[in-house]
Amino acid sequence: MNLKGKKKERNSKNDRGFLVFHNTSEVIRAEAILRKKGWNVRVMGPPPELRTGCDLVIEFPLVEQLNIFRILKENRMPPLEMVPVDNPLMKPVDLIRTKDYGDYIMVRAANMKMTVEKNTLKIVNISGGGCPDVPYVAEELIGKTLKDAPSPKEIGHTLCAYALHMAYEEMKKICLL
Amino acid sequence: MLALIGTVPRVDSKIIHGEVLFRNGYVSIGSENLPIHRGFPAMIAAAAMVCMESGFPPPLAFTSGDIGLGDGSRRLYKYLKDRLTDLPAKALTFHYLMPDINWHNQIFWAIEERLEKPILIADAGFMYVAKMSGYAPSYDLFTPDIGELAFLADDMAPHPFYTRGFICHDENNVPSLISRAYQGRNASKVMIVKGEKDYICNEGEIMAIIEEPFIEPLEAIGGTGDTLTGIVSALVHGGYAIEEAAIMAARINRLAGELAKPTPGTQVSEIMRYIPRALSMALEKHILGGNYEKRTFNRR
Repeated sequence: MNLKGKKKERNSKNDRGFLVFHNTSEVIRAEAILRKKGWNVRVMGPPPELRTGCDLVIEFPLVEQLNIFRILKENRMPPLEMVPVDNPLMKPVDLIRTKDYGDYIMVRAANMKMTVEKNTLKIVNISGGGCPDVPYVAEELIGKTLKDAPSPKEIGHTLCAYALHMAYEEMKKICLL
Repeated sequence: MLALIGTVPRVDSKIIHGEVLFRNGYVSIGSENLPIHRGFPAMIAAAAMVCMESGFPPPLAFTSGDIGLGDGSRRLYKYLKDRLTDLPAKALTFHYLMPDINWHNQIFWAIEERLEKPILIADAGFMYVAKMSGYAPSYDLFTPDIGELAFLADDMAPHPFYTRGFICHDENNVPSLISRAYQGRNASKVMIVKGEKDYICNEGEIMAIIEEPFIEPLEAIGGTGDTLTGIVSALVHGGYAIEEAAIMAARINRLAGELAKPTPGTQVSEIMRYIPRALSMALEKHILGGNYEKRTFNRR
């Protein structure tokens, strides 16, 4: 069965998000910054759930949220909100699970897991995830202590790195750093 | 032919493709050696080991570097779009790629143009985008862990990061998550749900539960899901029916873990060296008749 076209319209926006700003001039400046960096973004009217006074939002690739936020923040244009197009009221997962292995402790946030050796506070494993920065971030973190390792939010680019950052923050809380 | 497609964590996004071989702790694609830490190199290394040990032809791999900026993924998507229709692969395994619906659909439609549809296996980022695209039921095999299963079960979530809180990620909730993923048409035909117990499902029905050997530290070890995907891909390539290959792969992965006697600090490369022994153990009939529903398997 050839499904081409049948679902094209229904699902073509599922991987998109909206950047929400205070006002229209911020939207225009943010769009210019992102376009200059090569992003395929689009300015459009917001859905009713997002009416905050500003008549425009920017549509962007949702998975690459961390990278886009960093670029806008560097340019002093952080958005008010970054939300999924299909369901703007949807919030990031806040379910965090901890597993105690005796000498080691593992924290899971969404699809990402971080494991630390208790005595040394060394990050020994990172597991889960599917975006391409996961193996890269893992290589940068594994073998380093929680104090010395860069934050996943600083070096990652995607929602998987964001989820790993939540596990990392929880791990630091548990280890009283 | 088995084709394995995914990115590796390096800045250089040039396309590399060729036969996959495993030797001296390295995996090579053509003349390019890659270190095996986790991710795509671990997946293709596991597939190459199983092919080598079983006498199956070695797999082919297509890769590029991507550290999360999406450049390497897009380059690989573009490269494959024009070649997949004519690539004589009977099975395609997609792995670490930036989830992008537009590119997913172009790849999917290129495959649809083929006269003979290949077996489609998806894990990691490409499994996420296969679900988001709405084409999940056209895939033959997904290999989610529990967090990813919750994402498949949530028909609103655009990524596991946005899975809604009421969809519980617990081990004891797996059967209802499986049911929900199939009802929402967000599951592949066959799935291996990785966890404390591995669930093998076919069209919504749980066909087998593999729970032995139970090696608790495996969950913490990055790359053990990647090796599972590589093993099952190789077995499918070798002619095993998908459900049968899924059961065997889950078993082999656990046995390799048991043989390695891991701690949560063990690296996946230390486990992978036991895959050949685990494979021969799993192929012995008494092991295949282990702690799951006994079935008669037929090779295609």
